[in-house]
Amino acid sequence: MKETEKILLEVHKLKKNYGNKEILHGIDFSVHRGEVVVLLGPSGCGKSTFLRCLNGLEEIQSGSILLDGSIISDGKAEWYAIRQKIGMVFQSYDLFPHMTVIENILLGPLKAQKRKKNEVEKQAAELLERVGLLDRKDDYPAQLSGGQKQRVAIVRALCMNPEIMLFDEVTASLDPEMVREVLDVMKELAQQGMTMLIVTHEMNFARSVADRIVFIDEGCIVEESEPEQFFTAPQTERAQRFLDIFSYEN
Amino acid sequence: MDQSFIAASIPLYIKAAGLTLNLAFWGVLLSLFVGAVCAVIGYFRIPVLCRIMQVYIELSRNTPLLIQLFFLYYGFAKIGIKFEAYTCAIGGLAFLGGSYMAEALRAGIESVGKIQIESGLSIGLTRWQLMRYIVLPQALAVAVPAIAANVIFLLKETSVVSAIALADLMFVAKDLIGMYYRTSEALLLLVGAYLILLLPLSLFFRYLERRLRNVGLGN
Ligand SMILES: Nc1ncnc2c1ncn2[C@@H]1O[C@H](COP(=O)(O)OP(=O)(O)OP(=O)(O)O)[C@@H](O)[C@H]1O
Ligand SMILES: [Mg+2]
Repeated sequence: MKETEKILLEVHKLKKNYGNKEILHGIDFSVHRGEVVVLLGPSGCGKSTFLRCLNGLEEIQSGSILLDGSIISDGKAEWYAIRQKIGMVFQSYDLFPHMTVIENILLGPLKAQKRKKNEVEKQAAELLERVGLLDRKDDYPAQLSGGQKQRVAIVRALCMNPEIMLFDEVTASLDPEMVREVLDVMKELAQQGMTMLIVTHEMNFARSVADRIVFIDEGCIVEESEPEQFFTAPQTERAQRFLDIFSYEN
Repeated sequence: MDQSFIAASIPLYIKAAGLTLNLAFWGVLLSLFVGAVCAVIGYFRIPVLCRIMQVYIELSRNTPLLIQLFFLYYGFAKIGIKFEAYTCAIGGLAFLGGSYMAEALRAGIESVGKIQIESGLSIGLTRWQLMRYIVLPQALAVAVPAIAANVIFLLKETSVVSAIALADLMFVAKDLIGMYYRTSEALLLLVGAYLILLLPLSLFFRYLERRLRNVGLGN
């Protein structure tokens, strides 16, 4: 953890219920600017729910979320503006099917951020070039493979110039041969200093990309440590058990 | 068959077809408007309006057009509000069609997945922008077959307006039968006239649906 750097995103005692079942039991958590945090945990422990709370897609029952030091009030109106600063990519392919690749990318910057078209187009082209898809910019999502769609989804989020990117198992529904191309893009982003919060089941990737691993179980943060420590000598029995399940991978 | 009778009647049918088309056009347009308003009220779950809309939809779907027309034409006249037959006809068609269009649009809107809406939100779009750029375009593509069916349904329903003395196709046919007893000729012309109006429309809609499916929308 880079203690000297500024905290970008901060969460205090966040609680989240679905109905009367409490899913997140008072999470305390923070991310520094430029830090890459990987969230691990068994299925159903609340990782997706947590990310969705951070993007205002779920209302929280109590606690607070601070971005860049200022509290995001739970009012809906404020989230519309905040979301422009928080990029999110989901597990399922979520491109807009009735728009071409470039239209998908330009929509947010032009309509939500009201930026100038030629400036955004230039940025979009650069980003597409970087993920190797500039020649597909006029294709519709249906013409792309899963891996290509996810790379476009990443570009769409990046083109908003977000302060932080949230990734929720973005490779989980990809064919194995396409996982790599998406992870490579994420890795490059991390190296360029993007602040990232990643949920993934790709353990090797987590180990190589993360500055810090946060292990969640049953709606609580159970363990936080540097990747080497977490993967070689987890401090809790629950983390150990979780890692055992994946051990055949290595 | 009396061919000279048929030839002499054709201009009457052409004129009547004009009125039928005119009524159908405005009826469809207003229906779409009413339907879209209902769909938006439903989508945003606007409290009181939602209730009113439900009552309207039940009334509209569960009463025949003929009764709706009589209500507008004779009913309102009883309490001193007199509408012209033409106004009543279009109003009645919009009242009937509105609920069908609302249903088509609602189904279209519901077919747009939650993930689409969340992706839209996550790039900072407001509710209205979401509706305009993400939900409606996809919903319309899905709703086209149902809307097309409604357009054809409404065009056929215009035949009811002859009951309030508007000179549409049905009226002309009934008139000719009444005056000259040329039942087969008059009915033959009537069927022919509706087919000439409806067939091209049906074919066009079928083409449109195929086009939309090819673009791969709505899935
Ligand atoms: N919309 C919902 N309504 C009710 N319960 C929900 C809803 N979404 C999630 N849950 C419950 O909340 C808990 C946490 O779900 P969540 O999707 O956050 O888990 P996860 O850690 O992302 O799991 P996975 O690794 O399988 O994606 C689960 O028990 C789930 O059943
Ligand atoms: Mg999940």
